Amino acid sequence: MSKSITAKGLNVYYGDFLAVEGVNIEISARSVTAFIGPSGCGKTTFLRTLNRMHEVLPGARVEGELLLDEDNIYGPGVDPVTVRAMVGMVFQRPNPFPTMSIRENVLAGYKLNGARLSRSQADDIVEKALRGANLWNEVKDRMDKPGSGLSGGQQQRLCIARTVAVEPDVILMDEPCSALDPISTLAIEDLIAELKAKYTVVIVTHNMQQAARVSEKTAFFNIAGTGKPGKMIEYDETSVIFNNPTNEQTERYVSGKFG
Amino acid sequence: MTTDSTTRSQRRKLAKKPDNTLVSADRAGAGLDRGFAGLAKAAGIFILIILAFVAFFLSWNSVGALYQEEEGLIIGRFLSYAWPFALGTVVVALLALIMGAPIAIGVALYISHYAPPRASKTIGYIIDLLAAIPSVVYGAWGMFVLAPAMVPLYHWLSEWLYLWPEENLGWGIPFFAGSPGMGQNIFTASVVLAVMILPIISSVCREIFIQTPKLHEEAALALGATRWEMIKMAVFPFARPGIISGVMLGLGRALGETMAVVMVVSGLGFQASIISPGNSTIPREIALNFGETGHGTERWHQLVALGLVLFIITLAVNMVARWIVSRHKEFSGAN
Amino acid sequence: MSETDTKHMHQKFEEHQRAEQDQVHLGSAAGMVGSVSNVEPQELIRPRSLVGNVLPKWFLPATAGVGVVVGFVISYLIGGLSVNYALWFVFAAIIYVLVSYLITRQQLNKRKAVDGLWRNLVYVAFVIALIPLVSVIWSVTVDGFQGITHSSFWTQDMSQNAARTREQAIHDGEAPMGGGVLHAIIGSLLITLTATVISVPIGLLTSIYLVEYSRGGPLSRGITFFVDVMTGIPSIVAGLFGVAAMQTILMLGNQIGLWSYGPGNYSMGITAAVALCVLMIPVVVRTTEEMLRVVPNELREASYALGVRKWRTILKVVIPTAISGIAAGVTLSIARVIGETAPILLTAGTLTRVNWDMFAGSMMTLPVYIYHTFRYPYGGPGELEYLSEQRAWGAALVLIMIVMTLNLIARIIANVFAPKKTGR
Repeated sequence: MSKSITAKGLNVYYGDFLAVEGVNIEISARSVTAFIGPSGCGKTTFLRTLNRMHEVLPGARVEGELLLDEDNIYGPGVDPVTVRAMVGMVFQRPNPFPTMSIRENVLAGYKLNGARLSRSQADDIVEKALRGANLWNEVKDRMDKPGSGLSGGQQQRLCIARTVAVEPDVILMDEPCSALDPISTLAIEDLIAELKAKYTVVIVTHNMQQAARVSEKTAFFNIAGTGKPGKMIEYDETSVIFNNPTNEQTERYVSGKFG
Repeated sequence: MTTDSTTRSQRRKLAKKPDNTLVSADRAGAGLDRGFAGLAKAAGIFILIILAFVAFFLSWNSVGALYQEEEGLIIGRFLSYAWPFALGTVVVALLALIMGAPIAIGVALYISHYAPPRASKTIGYIIDLLAAIPSVVYGAWGMFVLAPAMVPLYHWLSEWLYLWPEENLGWGIPFFAGSPGMGQNIFTASVVLAVMILPIISSVCREIFIQTPKLHEEAALALGATRWEMIKMAVFPFARPGIISGVMLGLGRALGETMAVVMVVSGLGFQASIISPGNSTIPREIALNFGETGHGTERWHQLVALGLVLFIITLAVNMVARWIVSRHKEFSGAN
Repeated sequence: MSETDTKHMHQKFEEHQRAEQDQVHLGSAAGMVGSVSNVEPQELIRPRSLVGNVLPKWFLPATAGVGVVVGFVISYLIGGLSVNYALWFVFAAIIYVLVSYLITRQQLNKRKAVDGLWRNLVYVAFVIALIPLVSVIWSVTVDGFQGITHSSFWTQDMSQNAARTREQAIHDGEAPMGGGVLHAIIGSLLITLTATVISVPIGLLTSIYLVEYSRGGPLSRGITFFVDVMTGIPSIVAGLFGVAAMQTILMLGNQIGLWSYGPGNYSMGITAAVALCVLMIPVVVRTTEEMLRVVPNELREASYALGVRKWRTILKVVIPTAISGIAAGVTLSIARVIGETAPILLTAGTLTRVNWDMFAGSMMTLPVYIYHTFRYPYGGPGELEYLSEQRAWGAALVLIMIVMTLNLIARIIANVFAPKKTGR
């Protein structure tokens, strides 16, 4: 079910511009890993390479290996569509499909694949996913209302439900709480703690407290200056990164001296 | 009715502080201000007057086609004169739409979602060039290049959809009866019209396809959707009103287009066949006859009345488009 | 994982799916206990393997190649052993689309096949759209070039050439190629210029009213609505209007003794200009309105805060900011009306000589010249037609060049002279 991620010497380019350089990281299955670092340091770019979403932008390409368990997702003959079905993603701003109801949004992954579900199967999936996203109680009476009618925090949890409904191996979260109020943020953070029992979760966050609260391991990314590539500076247990980092840049960042 | 905020605030000031020396300081300036506002408003009203005049003129001069002093009401005569042209106009426009709209939407999709991103802008310009070519040039092209090129197809259609079934089944599809001649028929005309409306529909659709929120596209892709599934899930629901208004715009253009039909179609007289010379459209009938018809004759009135019918048809198409778009607005996903 | 392994997995997966579907179709509760139904629904859509879901890169070009070759063979045989480009294209496209769909479906799965099918259809649609564009430009340039390179093309009108004997003399080489489109170019410029001079102030002032003065009242909503209606007026109806308006004005003038025009003497340049105004004004209003609306409100407020009156603010701040967009819009509207044929045919008629007077007598314009020359070739029908056809294609080339140049100018104005974006 849940899979580990290993990057070996990964370079990410936008056209000729090297955006992220030489990332080596091993993320174990069923864990929460946080990426922190200042704006523009390449952490979101790197996250998007984990399910080949960066290829949506023109001119983006990747060098190096990225293994999902043992399989290289950039290997020859690998279809990005397959990768994305295995590695789900939650975006910075909640993006439920506006033309679909709450129920249809949760089932979107199945609808895409043309899987014919019986009514009861579909009900099971919807309930399970919405319960998994701690949203069931709030929406169970208005399943046929449009997803865009929910509050921001609910919409984001709906997006998480949509992602977990297809039971991917990995869930990527790109600053999932940055557009939400503190109470919704707390709800999402609780949810992340539950998700790691089943999934490998990777989360990008600007909020260092959040990284400290939810993650087991933390990677710190930094950039030497504009036009230079972003690099992963340090990767360790979260407690080590925040209390006793080995690198001086990390120390300065987590103690709030820059960034 | 007061016209603008400045005038209004000016008046309020006047009312509040009548003795203030500031009030009289710049009378001339205030007058100019009001004058300019009035000028702008007059221009707007002038446009309304023009349109009212167009509508009035068309209706007033159409009366002569429906009523003559000696004979009384002659509505029946006008209808029997007008309906072949009205039908021809609608058929030609619909044929053009059936051929042009799917290709136009395909081209728009190609530019917005399939073409290499660097080339797509240039390709968009090239397609826009199609829209810049004047209709008379399309007419000439249809007359000299397209019509002869279509003749083999017409022979084939006539043979297999009319002659062959007639021999073997006793009846053939009447649309494909008759001899194609030089290919100067309303089918060729509708192909020319399809080419003409293609860039119009395509550019409207392209604009709206490009505006699809990246957020929704990425949501679909992140679920493992293929490109087509992403387009079906995120792009089309968002773009539906835009597609409809683009198609309606194209239909309006096809209904009112004159020169391409005048130059491509030869022959007169109504018939069921769309592949042999004959049939006509309202704009063609007006363009061919208006110059030679004496002012005030019944025929002259009939031609003007035909213009009114055309005006009403295109107006109805525009209204329907607007209605559909407004009805779909709440589902457009712009949230 | 090996290739065969993957394929095997796929087959198994598809079997599952089929079994599951059958069972759902039965819809019986008993069906739910079979061994197949133990498969979680998630398993149905879960990809088994990363690899084996794409076809090699050479697949599409190869299929296209096969389509082109086989399409040629079929069209060659059907077309009676001769090359028919249209048939060739049709068969090549059909074979390419079908073959790539079937192979993808057989090798991979239905989703990929459908995705590929639509991609191919979009490609084919694009190629189909290019065919008429290339064909139109090709025929106009090739035939038109011969027309415009005759020395008299730019410098003469057609008044010498109406007679068959004259054309015959040219044809026989006894007289140099004569006749040109000077009268049509002059007519086009005069009529379009007049229409522009009338339309632009009205359109500009109206959009200023809509953007700067009105506040969503019934008048402004009415104007917006009717401008939309005007956009949809067929050009031939605009021509009818031009005739009617001018007849009315002439009649009124005759009655009060302002001038004396005979009945039916409406056929002149100004009538055509009035007709074109009906087509031009809504375009000007629309584009100008759009441009004025994007001028940021901060600029207006900054000007008011300096104590500048509203009309001066509009003239000195708002319009200069939007001027490049307005100019581009006006240029585009000129490009649109300069190619109009039908309304001018009704209003200004046709003529073979230069006429500078907008208020007396018919006038020729380029589009009408093209139409008229193709329809009624000078020198009579038969062998001599090619001379006048060459001139007409030449006129078409000139017209296209004018329209394209105007479009290009509009783009350049909009891009180069746009107000510099202020840095943050």
